[in-house]
Amino acid sequence: MENRPLEYDYTVAKMFMLTTVLLGAVGMLIGVILATELAFPGVNTILGGLGLNEFTNFSRLRPLHTDAVVFGFTLSGIWATWYYVGQRVLKVSMAESKVLMFLGKLHFFLYLLVVVAVVGSLFLGITTSKEYAEFEWPIDIAVVLVWVLWGLGIFGLIGIRRERSLYISVWYYIASFLGIAMLYLFNNMEIPTMLAASPAGETGIGAWYHSISMYSGTNDALVQWWYGHNAVAFGFTVPIVAMIYYFLPKESGQAVYSYKLSLLSFWGLMFVYLWAGGHHLLFSTVPDWMQTMGSVFSVVLILPSWGSAINMLLTMKGEWQQVATSPLIKFMVLGSTFYMFSTLEGPIQAIKSVNAIAHFTDWIVGHVHDGVLGWVGFMIMAALFHMAPRVFKKEIYSKSLMGTQFWIQTLGIVLYFTSMWIAGITQGMMWRAHDEYGNLAYSFIDTVTALHPYYTIRAVGGALYLIGFFMFAYNIYKTMTSGRRVEESELQNASPMAA
Amino acid sequence: MDIFQLQGYAYFGLVAFMVVILYSYIYHLYSSEKKGIKDFEKYGNMALKDEITDTPVEKISKDEKN
Repeated sequence: MENRPLEYDYTVAKMFMLTTVLLGAVGMLIGVILATELAFPGVNTILGGLGLNEFTNFSRLRPLHTDAVVFGFTLSGIWATWYYVGQRVLKVSMAESKVLMFLGKLHFFLYLLVVVAVVGSLFLGITTSKEYAEFEWPIDIAVVLVWVLWGLGIFGLIGIRRERSLYISVWYYIASFLGIAMLYLFNNMEIPTMLAASPAGETGIGAWYHSISMYSGTNDALVQWWYGHNAVAFGFTVPIVAMIYYFLPKESGQAVYSYKLSLLSFWGLMFVYLWAGGHHLLFSTVPDWMQTMGSVFSVVLILPSWGSAINMLLTMKGEWQQVATSPLIKFMVLGSTFYMFSTLEGPIQAIKSVNAIAHFTDWIVGHVHDGVLGWVGFMIMAALFHMAPRVFKKEIYSKSLMGTQFWIQTLGIVLYFTSMWIAGITQGMMWRAHDEYGNLAYSFIDTVTALHPYYTIRAVGGALYLIGFFMFAYNIYKTMTSGRRVEESELQNASPMAA
Repeated sequence: MDIFQLQGYAYFGLVAFMVVILYSYIYHLYSSEKKGIKDFEKYGNMALKDEITDTPVEKISKDEKN
């Protein structure tokens, strides 16, 4: 047998890098279409002449946007980085275990099948109508299988590791795995309608794949928002923190500023996050104490979130010149800053008196997007930029393209969230305004007219971010196909990039 | 004492308990480092020295694996 030195095997990481880029482009493109539809409603029926109205209207596309970004782009990013970071910090190669390699590939291909099923069913309007949990039961079962495969991959790799302690990122990946496993199972408890019987005695109701939630009314809302908010926690926060704890120190060559603070923030985040979901149901039918708890825990959540974010910024201590010289560091430092910003904004919105204005308005949409575009998107793209030279053994194709992308996308995010701040607060104030007799001052359509300019600005902001994403995709593609080959010695810290 | 008062005391008690746990953990982290029991900061190197040929920060011993 050939006796080659042991190397990390990035086969599975590369597969997930591909879906990160593809599904990111799809999710963001649909997002821009939706933003345009909100500003210019005629776009909803743009293919009406072909009889395709149902496929282009807002309500059909909206779950495709959210699910493509959450379960397509972000999950693929999480897995691409796990199959890269996991091996490195545990100092064990996937090539050392045929079983783990097989499970990793199976994980990817089964995920791909689920993606096809999700895209197909949502385009056809087949949905359970639960936000971020729209998939019908056969797909849910497949999702659980995909998740179990990831779990086997994580714990299998940990089982054969050479490094005794688990690096902080691995803790965050494990938390992400366990958290979503629990959330997904409980929120998707559903009964296929074919098994139900109506009071009149009819059986076998509805299509075989259709199901309804096991919970109803307020209970359903509570479980839904316990899930919804924690999907943000364990999909958009915990695994992205896992990434920054690895990629920022590695790219900058600086060990994490305080490992103790990272441990403290980890346990703080784990404990506090799960109780904050009630803030989505303020002023609703859930018990008052639960609403108060949601608010209080949301405010407390600032501490562990800022614990990680400040730890990352302090990691750059004495090395701030790198922010000026490296666009890759720029992405991560601004990502961390956006994390601080949106984890301050969220608790502010969760305060009852603020929520009385903010609830159901565009300010909430703005909050989600400065988190996802500024924190999640920037961090995943930075991670892939860092990984590209290492997995393809090529220099990053263009530093200047990366820099231009950074500024275009930053401008896009700023336009997005500022327009949504103004739109949201305008909306909230107009809905509440009344005359001295208590009659509402405005009808709903008045708010729609007032918001039009901000919706247009938002669509422009989204389009700029999308353009930046295409630049990212092009840069990664060119790195893979035509970048200069690099030696191992060039890959220690700062990623090699051509001008 | 009605249920609402009871809830109030229970809530305060829980918060106080959590604060104690949190500060005990911080104390544990710093004191065990000061006493030389454990150096937490060395684990930061796991991200920097992550080549497969690098020496692990804390090697897993053969006995532990079996």
